[in-house]
Amino acid sequence: MSAAPILAAFRQSLGEAWAGGAGALLPLGFLGGAAVLVPLGIGSDGDTLKAVGPGIIWVALALASLVTLERIFQADAEDGTLDLWLQAGAPVSAIAAAKTLAHWLSAGLPLALFSPLLALMFQAEASLALLSHVALYALGSLAFFFWGGVGAALSATVRRGGLLISLIALPLFVPTAIFGAIAMSGGPGSSGAPLFLAASTLFACAVAPYAMAAALRLAAD
Amino acid sequence: MWSYFANPHKFLRLSDWLAPLFYALSAVCIFYGLWQGLWVVPKDEYQGGDIMRVMFVHVPAAWLAMASYSALAIASFVWFVWRHELADIAAKAIAPLGATWTALCLATGSIWGKPTWGTWWQWDDPRMMSVLFLFFLFLGYMALRAAMDTRQKAARAGAILAMVGAINVPLIKFSVDLFTSLHQDASVITADGPKMAAVYLTPLLISALGHSLLFGGLVMTSMRTEIRERRIARLRARELEAF
Repeated sequence: MSAAPILAAFRQSLGEAWAGGAGALLPLGFLGGAAVLVPLGIGSDGDTLKAVGPGIIWVALALASLVTLERIFQADAEDGTLDLWLQAGAPVSAIAAAKTLAHWLSAGLPLALFSPLLALMFQAEASLALLSHVALYALGSLAFFFWGGVGAALSATVRRGGLLISLIALPLFVPTAIFGAIAMSGGPGSSGAPLFLAASTLFACAVAPYAMAAALRLAAD
Repeated sequence: MWSYFANPHKFLRLSDWLAPLFYALSAVCIFYGLWQGLWVVPKDEYQGGDIMRVMFVHVPAAWLAMASYSALAIASFVWFVWRHELADIAAKAIAPLGATWTALCLATGSIWGKPTWGTWWQWDDPRMMSVLFLFFLFLGYMALRAAMDTRQKAARAGAILAMVGAINVPLIKFSVDLFTSLHQDASVITADGPKMAAVYLTPLLISALGHSLLFGGLVMTSMRTEIRERRIARLRARELEAF
């Protein structure tokens, strides 16, 4: 076993994300577009927007992970890259984790870094708390990407698998969404919730790669 | 032990008389539960008066929603490890039935909730949310199976998803429990024995038994259908070969 195939998968995924030209800007555009629709839909009342803002950003993050995940394993299954990964001599779970991580770096982390700007648009007070929220969004979106990756790997051979990924992954997003929302609510339990959020993300990072590996072996058959 | 149950012929012989027996017993139990629930037991004003009689369907449905997902996960695990085809046939049969009882639980819960709490749906109630997500897990499982182009792929993908779902259920349950609740606390299974009065508890348990037997009977019938379908497909293929 060597680490070379894992690094190669990581670099390939990062490269694919930027090769289209827009790179991280495309998911950012999606997040911005989705978030801008909300005030148009529910009205521009400041207090309402302030109350729903963090929740909207969580939903937008979850959706952004879902819409970008469809192709990450599908393309590999179609052009034969997947067969090479399976013969590479490195654990498939590590390769899957590396690909998911690279995908999160190009489509998840930028959105989390962008979140203070959106929060300000939703009338949040400009304070240091917004920066700590960045860490929470980053942590939570990592879990979204890993569970979404399981859905993506399972539907790698399914045409138009995007909707299927959503249906599979949404129940798995629940703990992250709840812990994240509690952590930002400032209400009771909000001091412990970041730890629960971190724990559920670690759980996702520990379990999801093995499920992805099993699903990818299926996709290659 | 698994190998004994994995034999489709033995299963067909066993279910040939066991499924009808389950149906007959479930009819007796369910009608006894309904009769007791609708006409015999006194109404409980604290639980909303006459509407609490829906409990004799709601609680068995809630029990079956959880039991059927556990059964789905166990069947998937057995198939994934030992590759016993019968386990996959069971998992395929359990999913739509489990989803049906989960939907029944949600529907009766809403009907009970409207007059007692004044709302059809309470977002911060942990048990409603858990059951709803269980329902989505079932739907995702069925959609994934339907999307796969061969039976073997459907079995493998379904088993992976059911197991991933099953290890997430405690986490989902825990996260949802963090939300506050206006639902009454669990009263059938508590550390110091059931708190519910026996006049309610006995028909409730009999009703739950009836629903479980009906579920078991339907799973067996559905599995028998699937086995026969596979056999027909095999015979057709053989006919074409001879042709």
